[in-house]
Amino acid sequence: MNNEFNYSVVILGSTSGIVRATAHAYAEAGYALVLAARDDEENKILAADIRVRYGVTCHALHFDGADAASHPKFVTDCEAALGTNPTGLILGFGYMAEQEKAQRDVTEVQAMVDVNLTGAISILERFAAVFEERGSGFMGVLSSVAGERGKQSNYIYGATKAGLTCYLEGLRVRLFKANVTVTTIQPGFVDTKMTYGLPLPGPLVATPEQAGRAIFKAVSKGQDEAYVLFFWRYIMLIIKAIPRWQFKKMSM
Amino acid sequence: MAEAIMQQTLSGWGGMNSEVCDMFRPEKRRALSELIQCKHSDSLIARGLGRSYGDTAVNGGSAVVDTTRLDRMLGFDPDEGLLECEAGVSLADIIDVFLPRGYFVPVTPGTKFVTVGGAIANDVHGKNHHVDGTFCEFVESFTLLIPSGEVLTCSRDENEDVFWATAGGVGLTGIILTARIRLMAVESAYITADYTQCTHLDSALEAMAATDENYQYSVAWVDCLAKGKNLGRSVLMQGNHTPAAELSGTHAAAPFAVKGGLPKMVPFNCPSFVLNPLSIQAFNTVFYAAHGTCTGKIVDYDQYFYPLDAVNHWNRLYGKSGFAQFQATLPFESKAGLVTILERLAKSRRASFLAVLKTFGEQNPGLLSHPMKGYTLTLDVPNRPGLTLFLHELDKILLDHGGRLYLAKDAVATPETIAAMYPRLDEFRAIQKRLDPKGVLSSSMARRLGLVG
Repeated sequence: MNNEFNYSVVILGSTSGIVRATAHAYAEAGYALVLAARDDEENKILAADIRVRYGVTCHALHFDGADAASHPKFVTDCEAALGTNPTGLILGFGYMAEQEKAQRDVTEVQAMVDVNLTGAISILERFAAVFEERGSGFMGVLSSVAGERGKQSNYIYGATKAGLTCYLEGLRVRLFKANVTVTTIQPGFVDTKMTYGLPLPGPLVATPEQAGRAIFKAVSKGQDEAYVLFFWRYIMLIIKAIPRWQFKKMSM
Repeated sequence: MAEAIMQQTLSGWGGMNSEVCDMFRPEKRRALSELIQCKHSDSLIARGLGRSYGDTAVNGGSAVVDTTRLDRMLGFDPDEGLLECEAGVSLADIIDVFLPRGYFVPVTPGTKFVTVGGAIANDVHGKNHHVDGTFCEFVESFTLLIPSGEVLTCSRDENEDVFWATAGGVGLTGIILTARIRLMAVESAYITADYTQCTHLDSALEAMAATDENYQYSVAWVDCLAKGKNLGRSVLMQGNHTPAAELSGTHAAAPFAVKGGLPKMVPFNCPSFVLNPLSIQAFNTVFYAAHGTCTGKIVDYDQYFYPLDAVNHWNRLYGKSGFAQFQATLPFESKAGLVTILERLAKSRRASFLAVLKTFGEQNPGLLSHPMKGYTLTLDVPNRPGLTLFLHELDKILLDHGGRLYLAKDAVATPETIAAMYPRLDEFRAIQKRLDPKGVLSSSMARRLGLVG
């Protein structure tokens, strides 16, 4: 495979459908990979798949987003596995509790905050320090359109993603000076476990492969933000433009 | 987290007899063990890419497990050409990954959009059956999840009875998790094909008997509308993988490269009058005339093996009411049966284009595996009034001549017919019962044909 520049990427949360496809897009481009997830059994299967299909180096490392104390060691583990610090990283882990359950049970709220905010910020700060010092790198982070506007159906999850999007905005400004790009990805609907069985209009739903390629492309270009299907930008512009007095009457 | 359910109206590729099923599409292997312990429905069946024509992978009112997201490749040994992968991997996927490295799938049906799990469960065959046998001949071993939650490794040395019950066992022995498959080394992505026009069934059968041994692949396209002195007029298409040394020009420089085009698409069901006896007769006449006898034609593997894959959803050509596929296999000594069936088809004017005839080699020990030594005739029959009766009539001719149907194609046969055609069905039922004492595994086909005890 073509990897003359020894590019490498750490993929956090590799067991989700979108992230798996993103990892494949990097492998196809010849990157060496570290796949990181909590579920070791699945993660090893995914890493083997990438090695067989693309003939690239692919390590499976244990990673728990919610366990911030383990994050500094994870960064050194990645360096040890790759023999160098990675060129960049993709962060795709997240936790979405059922909205109604989260309304009743604060431990579910805490779990989402621990993973989507505290965990994400913790690991991004560790790698930000490495990339900033080196003066290069890329970060592609999966946030959510749910963080753009609080909807009745998932506003607690949305609040954690809004926080993440806001955090990324600031991180981008800081790392810009160090030649490190930060791409906020809002995938929209992708045909994975999360949307399976939902009555969604087909044309709004991307395949995981489309999502993976779109994410690879947007992050490689160093885009500030990215949607998987281009029209989501316009859908979100419209949704964001709905005045609050009207929005509260809508059953979204 | 519980697996997401999708209520979906499902049918086989023929599009007949749709039923509402509870579909699951797990993305993690572990989820399968939870599903098979059946907390959701009365019963379940695994489904791959849905290319079986009838109700093999349909389970009306109950659960269907779509395995296409469990499609990870686990290891490859280039010396042995041995691939280990999950059951949801498709043959198309294997070709994409391994043809550039010099390997092809050892057996392929007329579509590459089938999964490895489906290829085992239907013990599929291809144009090379007369020399290479079925898909399962190339399966060294597989792992099978059974309703107890246990995972059995099955091979010719270990759980051999389960291996041969699962080969062709239409998914009723468990969910295949992974398989180790021997791929075939090839020198190029091309086939050198010889085409021979045969004016009558007899000349086609004679030509096959005389020359098939020289070719790895052999199949004849038959005009099922031709009658009398033209009965069974055919174009025999035989081929071998092209050695790299025989390629020239750009092909020689890149022996594994094939120019891919975007697949064409049939976007919606055509009105059923599009395919009528006249349009089909016109097609058949043109096809026959266009394929004069010619030798040494080099064609890429997609054109040779998968002409229909170039049109997505080609099954929609038959309109909303769909079609049945009829595959009849007869022992060599029953040529009279083949003639009777062809005569009946020509008279009925029900047959569609793309009827194919080939010879099968030796039968394997698969209890419900279809191929047996003899002739096999395959064709589409559009679903028009009276279809079931017509097919039952053909089934009877087939039975009378010691022939058999293929479960992967069947949509209308009766339990008695299938029991008479598959004398080892009771052995299959006994093994099935042992693996699945509570009757967790079932399908619309299993209930229709009484395949499980």
